[in-house]
Amino acid sequence: MGAITLKESYPVEAGDFSTAGEASGKIKRVLKKLGIDSAIVRRVAVAAYEVELNLVIHSMGGHMDLIVEPDYLQLNVHDRGPGIPDVDLAMREGYSTASDDVRTMGFGAGMGLPNMRRNANDFSIRSTVGVGTDIEMGFKL
Amino acid sequence: MTIQQFIDLTNAKLVTPEVPTDREISCGYTCDLLSWVMAHGAADMAWITVQTHMNVVAVAALMDMAAVIAPEGITFEAEVIEKAQEEGIALLECGETAYSLCGKMIAAGVPAD
Ligand SMILES: Nc1ncnc2c1ncn2[C@@H]1O[C@H](COP(=O)(O)OP(=O)(O)OP(=O)(O)O)[C@@H](O)[C@H]1O
Ligand SMILES: [Mg+2]
Repeated sequence: MGAITLKESYPVEAGDFSTAGEASGKIKRVLKKLGIDSAIVRRVAVAAYEVELNLVIHSMGGHMDLIVEPDYLQLNVHDRGPGIPDVDLAMREGYSTASDDVRTMGFGAGMGLPNMRRNANDFSIRSTVGVGTDIEMGFKL
Repeated sequence: MTIQQFIDLTNAKLVTPEVPTDREISCGYTCDLLSWVMAHGAADMAWITVQTHMNVVAVAALMDMAAVIAPEGITFEAEVIEKAQEEGIALLECGETAYSLCGKMIAAGVPAD
């Protein structure tokens, strides 16, 4: 683990569709400014967007922490609940508990978590019902 | 194909006049499920979708897309247009179906990816 180049935290509000995607947009701009390879920036942006929208749609709010080191980037995400009862099921492509309202907006394909896992080099998820969900994603730079 | 050439070919209406239309379109895609688009999106893509809310612009911006195209006479709201202009993404409104627009783009040599 090298020295930390940058560490920032982005809060995400539950249910706020008007600003949904803004934290991911900020993360993308920060990484571009650091001169990180555009293909990697893109993968981080996809993962960040998916996790941000999950916090907006499925959680009670939380935050996304971005830690950039010379050769590794971490996106650590924590929310305040409600937690995921069956994480293996939630990780399956096509599984979604999204409401009809958000499905009408084009969410709820059940592809968000699989997109995160596909784009990150390292991916881990832990969830406790009634407490919250922690997702840690790592990207090699 | 540039955005302007797409407009000429389809009679689309550009609702973001501040966005330059000489940008080259690299590929085309159509889908209304945002996570599918996040998995398949590419830089300089032209994306045809019936979704017109704010998050469509967020997705297009994160993927560095060139344009979002609303088919079948669907229109964009003012605040969405404003956001797209800020992000430099062209928004186009078309009378034709997504199928017909894809057909024209493919015939004009715009690839799928
Ligand atoms: N932070 C979270 N808190 C609680 N439940 C979650 C959280 N993230 C995901 N889930 C659960 O896992 C399911 C699958 O998530 P995933 O992101 O893969 O799909 P989706 O959000 O339903 O649809 P999509 O991301 O394709 O729009 C969700 O429907 C939800 O039940
Ligand atoms: Mg999701």
